Amino acid sequence: MEIKGEYRIAAPREKVFAALNDQAILKACIPGCESLEKLSDTEMTAKVRLRIGPVSAAFSGKVTLSDIDPPNGYKISGEGQGGVAGFAKGGAVVKLADDGGATILTYDVDAQVGGKIAQVGARLISGTAKKLADQFFGKFAESVGAPASAE
Amino acid sequence: MTTATGIGARVKRREDVRFLTGTGRYVDDLPLARATYAYFLRSPHAHAKIKGVDLSEAEKMPGVVAIFTGKDLAEAKVGSLICGWVVKDKHGEPHKAPPHPVLAADTVRYVGDPVVMVVANSHDEAKDAAEKIKVDYEVLPANVDLAKALDKGTAQVHAEAPGNLIYDWELGVKADVDAAFAKAAHVTKIDIVNNRLIPNAMEPRAAAAEYDKGTGHYTLWSTSQNPHVLRLILSAFVLGIPEHKLRVIAPDVGGGFGSKIFCYNEETAVCWASSRVGRPIKWTAERSESFMTDAHGRDHVTHAELALDKDGKFLALKVETIANMGAYLSTFSTAVPTYLYATLLAGQYTTPLIYANVKAAVTHTAPVDAYRGAGRPEATFVIESIVSQAAKDLKVDPAELRRKNFIPSTAFPYQTPVALQYDSGNYPPIIDEAMKIADYRGFEARRAEAKSRGKLRGIGFSSYIEACGLAPSQVIGQLGGGVGQWESAQLKFNPTGNVQVITGSHSHGQGHETTFAQIVSDKLGVPLENIEVVHGDTSTTTFGMGTYGSRSLAVGGSAIMKAADKIIAKGKKIAAHLMEASVDDVVFEDGTFKVAGTDKNVPLAQAVFAAYVPHNYPLAEIEPGMDENAFYDPANFVYPAGTQICEVEVDPDTGETQIVNFTAVDDFGNIINPMIVEGQVHGGIAQGVGQALLEHAVYDKETGQLVSGSYMDYTMPRADDVPSFKLGYKVTPCPHNPLGVKGCGEAGAIAAPAAVMNAVRDALAPLGVTHVPMPATPLSVWQLIHGASRAAAE
Repeated sequence: MEIKGEYRIAAPREKVFAALNDQAILKACIPGCESLEKLSDTEMTAKVRLRIGPVSAAFSGKVTLSDIDPPNGYKISGEGQGGVAGFAKGGAVVKLADDGGATILTYDVDAQVGGKIAQVGARLISGTAKKLADQFFGKFAESVGAPASAE
Repeated sequence: MTTATGIGARVKRREDVRFLTGTGRYVDDLPLARATYAYFLRSPHAHAKIKGVDLSEAEKMPGVVAIFTGKDLAEAKVGSLICGWVVKDKHGEPHKAPPHPVLAADTVRYVGDPVVMVVANSHDEAKDAAEKIKVDYEVLPANVDLAKALDKGTAQVHAEAPGNLIYDWELGVKADVDAAFAKAAHVTKIDIVNNRLIPNAMEPRAAAAEYDKGTGHYTLWSTSQNPHVLRLILSAFVLGIPEHKLRVIAPDVGGGFGSKIFCYNEETAVCWASSRVGRPIKWTAERSESFMTDAHGRDHVTHAELALDKDGKFLALKVETIANMGAYLSTFSTAVPTYLYATLLAGQYTTPLIYANVKAAVTHTAPVDAYRGAGRPEATFVIESIVSQAAKDLKVDPAELRRKNFIPSTAFPYQTPVALQYDSGNYPPIIDEAMKIADYRGFEARRAEAKSRGKLRGIGFSSYIEACGLAPSQVIGQLGGGVGQWESAQLKFNPTGNVQVITGSHSHGQGHETTFAQIVSDKLGVPLENIEVVHGDTSTTTFGMGTYGSRSLAVGGSAIMKAADKIIAKGKKIAAHLMEASVDDVVFEDGTFKVAGTDKNVPLAQAVFAAYVPHNYPLAEIEPGMDENAFYDPANFVYPAGTQICEVEVDPDTGETQIVNFTAVDDFGNIINPMIVEGQVHGGIAQGVGQALLEHAVYDKETGQLVSGSYMDYTMPRADDVPSFKLGYKVTPCPHNPLGVKGCGEAGAIAAPAAVMNAVRDALAPLGVTHVPMPATPLSVWQLIHGASRAAAE
């Protein structure tokens, strides 16, 4: 399952890229994020509470930044163990392009769940991942610059 | 003797009073002082290496009593769960037997594979603590798609089973079959998938165990269909607890359908841990766990070919099947797609040559084992699908083609080319009766009328045979089965004349407490209210083999008859003494010993009383007491057979299939309680309809996640999915058991999928649809209809 989207952010590309690497902004934007701690420039540990279908679970795991190509984009991936609920993992390839003084952010998300969450929520995961991606990038666009348009 | 409560009477099920008033006692109801509760942390991955298990946080959680991992069990030398049936492959080699650890230690092999057992003061505390366990998994590629399981490059499930192959087995001589095909006037070919099913017993699996430190005794309460067999497996193979130190009790059990035959991880772990913890441990599966871990059913991919001569006589049948075993070999998994499947491929027909090749594959999915019908529904689906397809190919009536190839009634006992010898049967009157009830002649008019309403109407036949009443022990032994297949019975009279009927079989919905009481009432003239049927406790019942394979009446009922014969024989001696007559002159009629030609008589109750208060009693000749044991080992399987006719209407706009008529005519031999038989047939057909139209256990082919893992995605048949069934009977009594009975528990589920699917195929045939996969869900039927209309337009 893949989900794509695009946002226009009213801020220059360098500023958007810096925000993508800003732990405080990420924490504020990741839906359900309870904690995000930096281990290195590219690795963080996170605690995220999510509800997928009828299952609500606290996931703890790693957030990794890779394919870092400033200021053109990177890949952000997360993998969390939800205890008895199973696991969730996913990533987004984020690309930034200039658009006058603003930036066009495109993302391409893939997500996967396992265990009990998949058992009762597999058919809901597309909708949930789409919603979570929209929440994340919507909030991100909002905190980095006034969103000029959102699709 | 036919009485209001004897053989043939529609006695209401006596056990239903407690089930319907909430006074049944199931494993989870058990009040155990100082009980702890187990929770199993399971793999969320289909295939992964366990690199580490961190219990540090979990151990500190409130209420935690103990936590056990696969390593702990390995160190304590807990054995592997076993597969109790050795199938030899076509080279004579025994099947590959990879280990099946109770808790996974190094590798997890399906979503739901248990990894850690947490024991705590409450279920919630155990679950909360499990939440804190960190298992470090290295996720590996999974082998999920059965059709590709044996391909090169597919992920390997076990090092012990190279290429994921458990066995490559065959029955019949391929060269002979090939020669017959070379001479055939017509060959019909089909490719079918027998969809994977999840058993869904109403009561989830449960276990509770208690260890008595003073005596060294373990007691295990389990939702088992065969408590003695479970005890034997746990004692002799897995836990090493001596049999006399382990008591297994299967109290009221809410349905099994085969899924509770097997020895499972959880009951084993709970039993083992009870002595370590020093307090009783209880575990009850959540519904999600039942979906993930109850042994699933069916799951075959099959190619079949039928050769016919120019007159439509079957010349030969060739079948190639890949059978899914799941990730581990469950207790009887290896026998299901071989000796319970290929041996049935003759069906009701005289097909002289049959060759079957079955490859059993392991995959990263839950174990697969016997499920209502076990092998026989898969065989019936193959035969009855290909016979109906052949009728379509040759443009002949499907009933006529069947009739032309039926084994004639004069040919019994009939030796099939696939090992079994059918003892009795008479198939033509069955199909005649079914066609009469179903008004087969009026079908074309109904089809035309449906068409005028825009509906596609179809009709389908399924003429099944099954071999059940498992089974002659020596045959089972020759075929690799690890157990005997007799049954035991004990008739234990009390001094006041009432009697306990103690059976080694186990009732979990079948109505034994009624049927068995009727047999005893009929045979011994004891009123029904004075008869109690006892089962399910290894300490209070004689060793028995349990209930599966429609065996309880044919084998267990026969054992009861033998014990009753012993009661009568002893009673005659006592009565002869009391009447001062010769034993040879004493007859037993209507519950009373009489001297022929006189009015002297001794009711059975009086003889019983004399046996327990032997003041006037032939003590020099016979022992006091009235308590007789019998074991019965059948001479052959029993062979119920029948024809089902299903009529459907498909709505081309929605793809929905509605069953508008369903007829089943069966030969179950003599019938003890017609109402219970009807209930068994109704339930069986509903399950078969579920498989044909609704139920499908689906794993994501990439990740191995169970996506139909709840009732949101796994559709069970409901009352409005089935019509009122029309039933009929033809009776050819079984010639080799004392009751003349066959078995009725599985027949409905064995025959129905083919009947329904043949009807759906018939309904869609005018559109040019030639292949309808099972289950025929509204979505897939709609796609077939619209694909066909698009193809026609192009």
